[in-house]
Amino acid sequence: MKLTDKKKKDLLYKTLRIRIIEEMIADIYPQREIRTPVHFSIGQEAVSVGVCENLTANDLVFASHRSHGAYIAKGGDIKAMFAELFGKVTGACKGIAGSAHLSCPQKNMYSAPILGSLIPVAVGSAYAAKMDGKKDIAVSFCGDSAIEEGVFAESINFSLLKKIPVLFVCENNFFSSHTPLYLRQPDTEIFKRIKGMGIEAIRIDGNDVLEVYQKLKSIIFKIRKEQKPFFVECLTYRFKEHVGPSLDLDNPYRSEKELKKWLKKCPVKRLSNLLIEKKIIKDIELTQMISKIKKEVTDAISFAKRSPWPKNKEMLNNVY
Amino acid sequence: MSTKIRIISYQEAISEALYQSMQNDKNVFVIGLGVADYKGIFGTTTDIYKKFGDKRVIEVPASENALTGICAGAALKGKKPIIVHARNDFMFLTLDQMFNIASKWKYTCAGKSKVPFVIRAVIGKGWGQGPTHSQSIQSIFMHFPGLYVFMPSNAYDAKAAIITSLKQDCPCVIFEHRRLYDAIGDVPNNMYTMDIGKARIVRKGKDLTVIATSIMVKEAIKAAKCLEKKGISIEIIDPRTLVPLDEETIIRSVKKTGRVIIADTGWVRCGVTAEIAAVISEKAIGYMKAPVKRVGLPECPAPVTSAYEDQYYPSYKDIFVQTCKMLGKKIDKDILCTKEVDDFIGPY
Repeated sequence: MKLTDKKKKDLLYKTLRIRIIEEMIADIYPQREIRTPVHFSIGQEAVSVGVCENLTANDLVFASHRSHGAYIAKGGDIKAMFAELFGKVTGACKGIAGSAHLSCPQKNMYSAPILGSLIPVAVGSAYAAKMDGKKDIAVSFCGDSAIEEGVFAESINFSLLKKIPVLFVCENNFFSSHTPLYLRQPDTEIFKRIKGMGIEAIRIDGNDVLEVYQKLKSIIFKIRKEQKPFFVECLTYRFKEHVGPSLDLDNPYRSEKELKKWLKKCPVKRLSNLLIEKKIIKDIELTQMISKIKKEVTDAISFAKRSPWPKNKEMLNNVY
Repeated sequence: MSTKIRIISYQEAISEALYQSMQNDKNVFVIGLGVADYKGIFGTTTDIYKKFGDKRVIEVPASENALTGICAGAALKGKKPIIVHARNDFMFLTLDQMFNIASKWKYTCAGKSKVPFVIRAVIGKGWGQGPTHSQSIQSIFMHFPGLYVFMPSNAYDAKAAIITSLKQDCPCVIFEHRRLYDAIGDVPNNMYTMDIGKARIVRKGKDLTVIATSIMVKEAIKAAKCLEKKGISIEIIDPRTLVPLDEETIIRSVKKTGRVIIADTGWVRCGVTAEIAAVISEKAIGYMKAPVKRVGLPECPAPVTSAYEDQYYPSYKDIFVQTCKMLGKKIDKDILCTKEVDDFIGPY
């Protein structure tokens, strides 16, 4: 399938948008007005965009603690996102969820930080859609460590058994917090091991927006049509520390050399360079894109700042 | 159609509640290991399987944790799942989904999304079922906000618990007791609900209050009959739901009698009895004529040998003895009925 130039530009815009939003969060984070631990998606944006671009509004998305990419890509409102991070009542979840539970029920997007904990919820939502004869699917985004949890194996078995249209997207960024993959899993590729469970599984370059988008288009078509689960391992890398806005190269668990290698594969730069090189986009257009997004974020930050706090008497609402 | 009251068993009442709920709402389904097998969870799912088949009475792999999340996900899309655990002990495998996901969902979504589903979990007792098939794990579920906990002690409540749970916005856990399955009682044939957080005064009395859960209500009634012969009148309160807990009814009774025994099927430390005792000490300490007494399991896992069975499980005898002690009355062992015949033949 050949992508139009328009689509390529659109994908660049959406990837860039996640990047700029997150960079601007990182910029203001030290001001201590965002008082919620933030796990930045910077470096991993291509996966969220490439997958979510292939979804319908009714499809469901479940993310992990590194939730911002999926929230934005699934269409979550940016003002509501910033207000949520600021803990304001205008937030997507009225400030109750913060970053790691960031959810947008209106857009069918949810997240939770206990590793693997939303994997079965994704399976169940797709199971319900199937029971009702609907064509909606669910996507479970998880990291390379979530698949180490028992519930992942249970969910794969269940979704195969009941032929559930669910897409498991493993964003393999090679770390669980600061523990590298080689200390946690045997030295075989993840997708090959998962394939052994009987599910169709592939590995793709998670830093190439065009590849993610195109490969996922046919996979999602297949999941919807054939009503069965699929597993995709996306190789990617987080540029920031596990949680927080800084680089953490002074620590022993990863090297500057390694980061530099991955910076060369930066999903935003790769696509923008490609589009400029092929004259699909001009420098000025790129600059305009950046300004437009920055303006949007500046507005969202100011909206969050001037929004009211939730009321004390409302703290006990919505428990039961 | 006018409502008819029949005398049926706890097990039949559960079966009927499931049947009527499924007939009433096509989104209700029952799921769990063994729900569609030939034993049908001690006969409670046999009729629904016959009527609704395997699309709505669903066998699953032994994956309790995933199953819990799967039902939360299905609930998110408007389904009303009822999960069945033939023994509540298997729920330890579900705690991540219960406490990290399901019980917090509505709250963390600020009420914009909810995942209500129902869990039936059966408590076992005796016949050497031992350490991991006869525990009572209800107190753990009282600890975390976001769940309702039901403990039906009779056939009427067993039916009401299911129908009522299906109407809630949060996950509900119903602890059934295997040894109550044959207990018969008045049960209306319509779909009726119960007020959650409303205790039942099972028996009025003036000398002492017994707050009892699940099968301990049955034991308390037996104890009351023995105590009556000594001229002692006890009031029995069945909370029916542990969350929400009807503190008002409990406190009112305790203020009246000034003496209280709390009897539960679980261990006492950090258990249901501990929580109720704390509520009483916070709200009625000035009315107490004697310290609270708790009746529950002794401080060890359930042993298998039948030699220990009587000693291990609390019964009406404990309530009888503790009542006499608290009132300073002689403990006439001869009033305690003659040796019980255990006519329970399973299946387990």
